[in-house]
Amino acid sequence: MSCCAPGTEGALDMARSAALPSSEELLLASLDLGEGLRQTDLSVPAVHCGTCITAIETALSSMPEVQKARVNLSTRRVSIVWRAEGPAGATDPVELARTIKRATGYDAHLFSSEAEASDRLKSQLIRGVAVTGFAAANIMLLSVSVWSGAEASTRDLFHWISAMIAAPALVYGGRFFYQSAFAALKQGRTNMDVPIALAITLSYAVSLWETIHHGHHAWFDATVSLLFFLLIGRTLDHIMRDRARSAITGLARLSPRGAMVVQTDGSRDYRPVEEVSPGDLIAIAAGDRLPLDGVVVEGESDLDMSIVNGESVPLAVYPGDAVRAGTVSLTGSLVVRATATAANSFLAEVIALMEAAEGGRAQYRRIADRAARLYSPAVHLLALLTFFGWGIFGGDWKQAMLIAIAVLIITCPCALGLAVPVVQVVAAGRLFQNGVMVKDGSAMERLAEIDTVVFDKTGTLTLGRPKLTAIEGKPHSLALAAALAAHSRHPLSQALSANHSGPMPFIASVRELAGEGIIAVLAEGEARLGSRAFACPGSKATASGGSEVVLSVNGQEEACFLFEDEIRPGAWMAVETLRKKGFQLALLSGDRTPVVAAMASRLGIADWYAELTPKGKAEALAVLKQAGRVTLMVGDGINDAPALSAAHVSIAPATAADIGRQAADFVFTHDNLDAVPLAIEVSRRAGRLIRENFALAIGYNVIAVPIAIAGYATPLIASVAMSTSSLIVVANALRLNRLARSHVGGGSPARPKEGALSGKVRLA
Amino acid sequence: MNMLIYLIPVALLLGGLGLGAFLWSLRNGQYEDLDGAAWRVLNDEDHPKQ
Repeated sequence: MSCCAPGTEGALDMARSAALPSSEELLLASLDLGEGLRQTDLSVPAVHCGTCITAIETALSSMPEVQKARVNLSTRRVSIVWRAEGPAGATDPVELARTIKRATGYDAHLFSSEAEASDRLKSQLIRGVAVTGFAAANIMLLSVSVWSGAEASTRDLFHWISAMIAAPALVYGGRFFYQSAFAALKQGRTNMDVPIALAITLSYAVSLWETIHHGHHAWFDATVSLLFFLLIGRTLDHIMRDRARSAITGLARLSPRGAMVVQTDGSRDYRPVEEVSPGDLIAIAAGDRLPLDGVVVEGESDLDMSIVNGESVPLAVYPGDAVRAGTVSLTGSLVVRATATAANSFLAEVIALMEAAEGGRAQYRRIADRAARLYSPAVHLLALLTFFGWGIFGGDWKQAMLIAIAVLIITCPCALGLAVPVVQVVAAGRLFQNGVMVKDGSAMERLAEIDTVVFDKTGTLTLGRPKLTAIEGKPHSLALAAALAAHSRHPLSQALSANHSGPMPFIASVRELAGEGIIAVLAEGEARLGSRAFACPGSKATASGGSEVVLSVNGQEEACFLFEDEIRPGAWMAVETLRKKGFQLALLSGDRTPVVAAMASRLGIADWYAELTPKGKAEALAVLKQAGRVTLMVGDGINDAPALSAAHVSIAPATAADIGRQAADFVFTHDNLDAVPLAIEVSRRAGRLIRENFALAIGYNVIAVPIAIAGYATPLIASVAMSTSSLIVVANALRLNRLARSHVGGGSPARPKEGALSGKVRLA
Repeated sequence: MNMLIYLIPVALLLGGLGLGAFLWSLRNGQYEDLDGAAWRVLNDEDHPKQ
């Protein structure tokens, strides 16, 4: 996709993606602003430049019912205010999504707006940074005059003004650290915030005491600038998580919000899924996703099960068959009797499995916390020893107290507080530009530790879309087959008709039999397109890894089309890169054994398992874990969700099921599987930089602490030392930008063999 | 020494104004779409439609 050229790719894509939200869903999700106005927020993940903004805003604003439309490029969202009653009757909100699609070719999705609370915390943090920054700048100005040798009365005045500026800043900006330190202490633990809270409180108290007694040294500048630097670190950490979260929730929701319920009198009513109870009849149109588990009452169809069990071949269902939530009805409409509520449906079982599986995550402790566990007792002990040392040997307990506090301030983990978040923000920014979103910083730390990569097949190594690989029989029959296939929504039919360009015979009407194929009566006779048993009754099915479709006229085989699941671009390169770097590879799939075996041998993965249930996948990961392996799971389906949470760390494509994206630590938005080695590489570099930063911060302490213990640390020395160490740590973190760019730019050689692997169409 | 009586409040006031302006722009949503603002400045037309 080069840029937002209106309509070019959109037109091609239009037929395939039936992903636009339905008007009932949109209406349900829109916000009532009163006075007949409604607001709808849509996520358009493909928006990326100024032309996109103009195209979307102009197209939407020219609709008479739209009052205001504004694109937010950072969050990739469009916020639309529209009138419920337009000039031409009631407004259909799908028209909004359709207009975006027409103007740019981009899909628009609904998202759930649950990120409100975290937004509030973000603006609190930014306000805290602003207030402490203001306080730090002003106090520093006053301090500079004191250090340049102000006379006693001016010094006292300046100290008092500093104290008055520092007090509100300490309360306003320090509350984040006080709250966190208090929570940690209440549970009998200590974290990085405990020494921070202690240092800022003690230094303020001592400075105030000094000011009252006309002392020479006050530490207000150190107190507030410390708070300022640490709040910057805290804010960066939060913003990074927040950005990823908003981008992830912005993608398509795969479980429907509502269901079309058929009443006893035959009327139809669209209701939220929570209000559908077992026994209700639900109408499912072709192309709809099933909202609940149920039993088919009427109609027949092929169900796309890929997101549920990884099976790439659709399953035919007839009245009496049980169907599961999350599957898509491809070829026909169904009436389904709900057998479970939304909370008890298949999805809920998976969620229960996920909770049981919570693997590496729960026990994982962040690097910063692990460092704090060693660091804070050491620092406190050092300050205490200094206090007693000076008290006992020097005899002056007041001076001992001052020096001990100087030690606490000097050692306060200012650089340590910045060391981790700055690196992680830079790394996440790098990944974000390459289409990988990180849920939080700990995910990157965990990804740097893995030694085994486990892939899912359908939807991960493959795109979950069949691709025509070979035609056996009469080559010209492709035109006839494509003409027949154009009438069906079955994925194999769509792949067949997409593959043919050029003239094809006109076929007015066809009959489609779910699970079997298409029949049309032509001048030559009765043409059938479908499974071998259906097209040529009496012949035997050939055993092969892929899927096949047979075209026959009057029961005589004309041609046989072989399909394979289209391999994801970059899959081969990604697997090869990972193998070269020494990772163990494994493949877990719910698909049939021959298909999985073929894929595994093609990619050279020796360690593969087929026909696994969701539980089986999670168990396979548990076995790997017991063998001492640290696993990365790459998967997308609902059936992968328990495995994604059982693994040490996990990655999902953006096309994954909602629940899969929720469970994964990383989400990549491009089709290309390159994202996996890239994410590992950037995480490892980030890990190295974090350790370097720790080393720098500790090195600074090794120099500064003896000065403080010796009693030579004045507020001036403390300020200079603290600021310098923070700047060095930040500058070191920015090096990642350069490293990552050179990796992305120079590290993607031409992809050979990709074409050969995915197979050109071969005419036999 | 005497001028400090004026200068310090003036300095604090100016700093406070800056802080106030920042908090106002934050509340006003000016930092919500930094990427979009970078593109919008290149747009020729004024507001397409209010």
